[in-house]
Amino acid sequence: MSSQKIKVIIAKPGLDGHDRGAKVVARALVEAGMEVVYLGLRQTPESVVNAAIEEDADVVGLSILSGAHMTHFRRVKELMDKNGLGDRLLTGGGIIPTKDQEKLKEIGIPKVFGPGDDLQDIVSYIQNWHHSHAA
Amino acid sequence: MKTTNKKTNKKTREERDKNSGLRDADFSSISGRTLQPFYTADDLSGFDAGAELGFPGEFPYTRGIHPSMYRGKLWTMRQFSGMGTPEQTNLRYKFLLEKGQTGLSVAFDNPTLYGRDSDHALSAGEVGKTGVAVDTLADMERLFHEIPLGRISTSMTINAPAAWIFTMFLANAEKQGVPFGELRGTLQNDILKEYIAQKEWIFPPEPHLRLITDLMAFCADHVPQWNTISISGYHIREAGSTAAQELAFTLADGFCYVEHAIRAGMDIDDFAPRLSFFFNSHLDFFEEIAKMRAARRIWARHMKDRFKAKNSRSWLCRFHVQTAGCSLTAQQPGINVIRTALEALAGVLGGCQSLHTNSMDEALALPSEKAVEIALRTQQIIAFESGVANVIDPLGGSYYIEKLTAELEEEAEKYFRRIDELGGVVKAIEQGFFQREITRAAYEYQLALSRKRKFLVGVNEFVNRDEQLEIPILEIDEAVERDQIRRLNQVRKTRDNLAVRSRLEALEKAAAGTTNLIPHLLDCARAYATLGEISDSLVKVFGEYQEQPFY
Repeated sequence: MSSQKIKVIIAKPGLDGHDRGAKVVARALVEAGMEVVYLGLRQTPESVVNAAIEEDADVVGLSILSGAHMTHFRRVKELMDKNGLGDRLLTGGGIIPTKDQEKLKEIGIPKVFGPGDDLQDIVSYIQNWHHSHAA
Repeated sequence: MKTTNKKTNKKTREERDKNSGLRDADFSSISGRTLQPFYTADDLSGFDAGAELGFPGEFPYTRGIHPSMYRGKLWTMRQFSGMGTPEQTNLRYKFLLEKGQTGLSVAFDNPTLYGRDSDHALSAGEVGKTGVAVDTLADMERLFHEIPLGRISTSMTINAPAAWIFTMFLANAEKQGVPFGELRGTLQNDILKEYIAQKEWIFPPEPHLRLITDLMAFCADHVPQWNTISISGYHIREAGSTAAQELAFTLADGFCYVEHAIRAGMDIDDFAPRLSFFFNSHLDFFEEIAKMRAARRIWARHMKDRFKAKNSRSWLCRFHVQTAGCSLTAQQPGINVIRTALEALAGVLGGCQSLHTNSMDEALALPSEKAVEIALRTQQIIAFESGVANVIDPLGGSYYIEKLTAELEEEAEKYFRRIDELGGVVKAIEQGFFQREITRAAYEYQLALSRKRKFLVGVNEFVNRDEQLEIPILEIDEAVERDQIRRLNQVRKTRDNLAVRSRLEALEKAAAGTTNLIPHLLDCARAYATLGEISDSLVKVFGEYQEQPFY
C-alpha cells in the first residue's frame, strides 16, 4: 500500500450502464488528489479484483444501480479476501436499499453511498479510512 | 408594437437589479443558463413570427406538429413498464390499460437489453430486475397474452438487439392474426445514444447502423405504421447533460441516421416520416418547454432546407416525453409526485405526442401499483382538469419563451458545427466528445448541489432526519430467474432445433453480405431461436464493441 496518492479503482460490474455517478465520483476523487483507475462498464468481479491486484489499489469502489448489488459485492469481497486484499477498502454506491446496506455491513462493506449523498462525504470517508489504516 | 423604451433596455434592467436588493441565490437555469430578471419585446427585436413560429401544424412547427394538437387528439398516455416474468408484466399492462393508459411501453431486463439469454453467465442476478425478461417468441406470446396488438400501439425500449426483439414481436402478431400493416408502435432502436449515454451496445457502430437502415427499409415496405427509431435525448439528459446538449446531441444523432439511410440508398421521404424522437422533461420548467419547441423548429428546418425532404411529414419532430428520472429522490419519495407533475406539465406545454410519468418510487425500485396509478392520474388531471390542453402552444409569444427557444436553437447549431468539425457523430463518439461534455455538466451540477447553489428538497435542504421509508416497495423474487430459465430450457427442448440451426446459419451468411437482415431475423424468431443465439451468430460476423471509458 502506497503512502502517496490514495489509489482507487472505480468499476461497474455486471450489465448496468448507468455511469453518471461513477464518473462524477471519479472526477471528485481526482480533484481531491487521489489516483483513479476508471475501469468503466461491463466488468466482472474477477476483472475488478485483478485490476485491484495489478494496481495495488487502496480502495475498490463499485457502482451498481441494477439491483444485482448483493451478488456482485459478495463476490468481489470474497475475491479480495482470497487474494490478499482483505485489508483494503471496499465501498461503492448506486441503488442499494437500506436493508441490503445492513447485509453488506455484515460481510465487511461498512458503507455505501446513494443518490443525494454529498461528494465531499465520499471523499472524506475514503480519506479518513486511509488515514486510520495507512501503514 | 413599439419595442424601444428607455425603461426596458438592458442597462436599465441591470441597474434595477442592483438597486432592488436580491436574495443570495443562483438565478441561472438548472443547465447553468444565465437568465435575465425579466424579458421584454426588446429581447425579440427582429423576431419574425411568421418565419420563426408559423401556425400549429405549419412549417417550422414551433407551435406544434398538428393543426389541432390536443383538441384533435390528446397525447398518448404511455407508461414505461416491465417487471419479472412475462406473466407478471402482462398483468401490469392489463392493470394500466384498465386505469386508462392509452398506449403500451415495454421495459426489458438487463440481460434482454444486452441481447443475452436469461441463463447467460453474466445474466446471473439480473433476470427480471429492471424490466421483463424476454428470451424467445414464447415470451412475447406470454407478454402480450390477451392484448390485441392490432388495436393498441406498443413502444419497445430496446436498442442493441432491437431488430431481433422486433421480429419476435412481429412473429407474435402473426400468431395473433394481426397483419403487419395494422401494427402501430415504436422501437427505440437508437444505437448512437447508446455509445454516448445508455451504454447498451453489442457490436461496433457500423453493423448496428446497418441493422437500423435494414429495419427502416423493411418497415417502409411491410410495417408502414411503425416508428422505426426513437431518437433519444432522455438518456443523454439522465447522464447529466444540459438542456442544450440534450437537444443538440439528439438532433445530431438524427441527422446522422438520415445521412446513413440516404447513403444506404433510401429515399428520404420513404423513411423520414417514421423517425420519431424522445426527450426528457426535467425540473427547469420553462427551459424544457423552450427546448421542445426549438427541437421542432430545428428538425423542420434541417429536413426541409438541408436534406431537401419533399414530404412535409418528413419535417415533423414527433416526440415522446418521459419526466426526468434523475430528478427524483429516494428521500421523501412522496414529494416526487409533485416534481413529476411539474415535469409532465412542461411536456404537455412543450407539445409532446406521448408521455410517461415516473412513479414516486423511481429512485427505490420498479413502480408499485399504487405509485404507477398516481403517476397515470397525474397525466389525466393535466388532460382533463387543468385546461392546458384547450389551447395550442399557450406560451407562444411569451418574451421569455421565445427568447429561450431562440437561444437553445442557436446553441444547438453551435454544437452541430463542433460535431461536424470532429468528423461527424461517430468520430465524435470515438474521441469521447459527447461523453466528456456530459460528465462535465453532471459534475458541475453535483458541485452546485454541494454548494447549495442548486437544490433538491429533502436532499440538500429541508431534510427529514432519521427518515423512515413509508411507501410499499416492489421486490422482484429470486424465483423469477429460476422460472425464466426453466421456461427457456423447455423452449429449447420442444422447438425444431434443426430449423433453428439452419436459420441461424442463413442469418450469419446474410450478415456477412449486404442483404436486408430483417427477413432472416424474422425466420429465426418464428423458429424460437433465442435472443442470445441470434446475438452470438451476429457477433461472429460483426465482432463486439470495446468502449474506451472517458470521464
